Amino acid sequence: MEMNRRSLLAGAAAVAAPLSRARAQATTIRLGVLTDMSGPYRDTTGPGSVVLTQAAASEFGNRGFNVEVLSADHQNKPDVGANIARQWYDQGVDVILDVPTSSVALAVNQIAREKNKVFLNSGAATSDLTGSQCSPNTVHWTYDTYMLAKGTGGAIVRTGGDSWFFITADYAFGHALERDTANFVRAAGGRVLGQVRYPFPATTDFSAFVVQAQASRAKVLGMANASTDTVNTIKAAREFGLHRSMKFAALLMGVMDIHALGLESAQGLMLTESFYWDLNDRTRALTQRVRAANQNRPPAMVPAGCYGAALHYLKAAADMGAAAAKADGRAAVARMKAMPTDDDAFGPGRIREDGRKLHPVFLFEVKSPSESRGPFDYYKVAATTPGDDAFRPLAEGGCSLVRS
Amino acid sequence: MDEIFGIPAPLLFGQLLLGLINGAFYAMLSLGLAVIFGLLNIINFTHGSQFMMGAFVAWMLLAWAGLGYWWALLLAPLIVGATGVIIERLMISRLYKLDHLYGLLLTFGIGLMIEGVFRNEFGSSGLPYRIPNELQGAWDLGFMFMPVYRGWVVVFALACCLATWLVIEKTRLGAYLRAATENAALVQAFGVNVPRMITLTYGAGVALAALAGVLAAPIYSVNPQMGTNLIIIVFAVVVIGGMGSILGSVITGFGLGIVEGMTKVFWPEASSTVIFVIMAIVLLTRPAGLFGRA
Repeated sequence: MEMNRRSLLAGAAAVAAPLSRARAQATTIRLGVLTDMSGPYRDTTGPGSVVLTQAAASEFGNRGFNVEVLSADHQNKPDVGANIARQWYDQGVDVILDVPTSSVALAVNQIAREKNKVFLNSGAATSDLTGSQCSPNTVHWTYDTYMLAKGTGGAIVRTGGDSWFFITADYAFGHALERDTANFVRAAGGRVLGQVRYPFPATTDFSAFVVQAQASRAKVLGMANASTDTVNTIKAAREFGLHRSMKFAALLMGVMDIHALGLESAQGLMLTESFYWDLNDRTRALTQRVRAANQNRPPAMVPAGCYGAALHYLKAAADMGAAAAKADGRAAVARMKAMPTDDDAFGPGRIREDGRKLHPVFLFEVKSPSESRGPFDYYKVAATTPGDDAFRPLAEGGCSLVRS
Repeated sequence: MDEIFGIPAPLLFGQLLLGLINGAFYAMLSLGLAVIFGLLNIINFTHGSQFMMGAFVAWMLLAWAGLGYWWALLLAPLIVGATGVIIERLMISRLYKLDHLYGLLLTFGIGLMIEGVFRNEFGSSGLPYRIPNELQGAWDLGFMFMPVYRGWVVVFALACCLATWLVIEKTRLGAYLRAATENAALVQAFGVNVPRMITLTYGAGVALAALAGVLAAPIYSVNPQMGTNLIIIVFAVVVIGGMGSILGSVITGFGLGIVEGMTKVFWPEASSTVIFVIMAIVLLTRPAGLFGRA
């Protein structure tokens, strides 16, 4: 009986939408937040992503179906993440969200496709999720390596930073970020004078590398790394006086990293994000709503992405009928792509056919201690790029879903 | 400009100096480990967490009590050392009669728990800590730009290592410690309170780790994982120097800092591996370590 009703609804969802709402009263959509709860990315993703997903679910309310939010720790290990993803999908989880750490995200991407479920990525950086590895079951919501490289790298080249030295984490993410940024530097007529690739994650002291960067006489220090490594690189670079002769390009850095570094060391940094809590009235209203649940902190970019992605998925599920959305992940993602997006974190936008979510991207400059009015008042907007220009052009990604 | 292996000589001198500075951290941490292993026969895997606690206590003293760096240098080792004393009394002291492996597992577990508690309380991304005003700035050495604080770290660490070595090798207390290592029962028969001495030795070893943590707070991100990466290298240093050898751990600490520093110039990708390659070679040729007694 249940199965019959599902297949019927799947076929006639659009026509029977009011009917499905009435009948699917007991249906529950399950959202699983798979994230880093215990490692270096905990503060930028982790519990914050769970809180913001729950916020999306409670704001959405009950429109004919219940929403349940689960969470798990993937420990930044692809095997652990893949196991949880399989188990979750087999046990009735419909959507996996967040999944920081590119290697884990790529593993979950495969499983979602295989099981015809939905994967809404917010936390991982690799642009392969909408390129060579793109999938009809996946949406990449918040940011990616291409957009970071173009945002920060492109902006610094334009302000005269035409010679670069890279300090790069020696693994796939660091290499991709360095390569993408170097491409923008060269395309703008700049030069890469050298790079040093350090062992990840076994490096604590960056003084040897910043001194090499200093000796290169490049104008820009490009940091193709993340979180604690970036913080340690900047600390060392300032200690050795590099800020007097070089511009710093922290290619992946967020509000929590600035918090860790302190404004005194971070002031003047240029960085790229697609969300900041103090951007406009809508982002401030969202911050107000979630702040208490979010350890009294404003949401960071990746959790905000979980909020936007979860909300949009739930709207699509309501539109096509929850039972139909549960039955066919591919159809649910197709419906998400067909509907324009709009939420308090990112404003209006859309999802491209390769799964790339498009929204404006901001280049921020970090305030000086005297400009900041309080905790987490860290950014001023230096430039805004519309979504269509900020992300990699559809034709260049090599995604098989894109018909040429 | 003179060049050595294609690298300008001034840059190479600079890197040598930086290696020495990193070596100072290795030396201080491996010194604490060597002292603890020498007397307690415990491989203290909590050492990395205790290093991290030292940095966090420095941060807490500043943020909550308004006490700056110099106070932290004094108080943080005492506070963290005291927690070490409690851990030794309550747990480690029950394992002396068992195989090394039990002590290793226990201290490893305690380390993970401490790290977890700090992560829950303070998050993973770290906290800022300033270089004290007195040690701000840098010297221009001609061949490189030398931050005053890094110079201070080397001098202070060397002084600590020397003081520890003097206490153990040249004082009556040190003589008791060394005697208790050889034959605890006999030393106790002479009226020395050996269990208390062991407890205080563990506390002192832990205090050294915390002291290194305070030294590290202004230059590295103060975060719960900060000890994890460092401690693996430090264990290699202790093994190369010879388990339990005080002088060995200090010399090896500084020496390997320099080797690592040079690797960062010529082959940066291998800079974390080189120490383990050396460890393998040393273990094959001198299983007791460079300064250990077989």
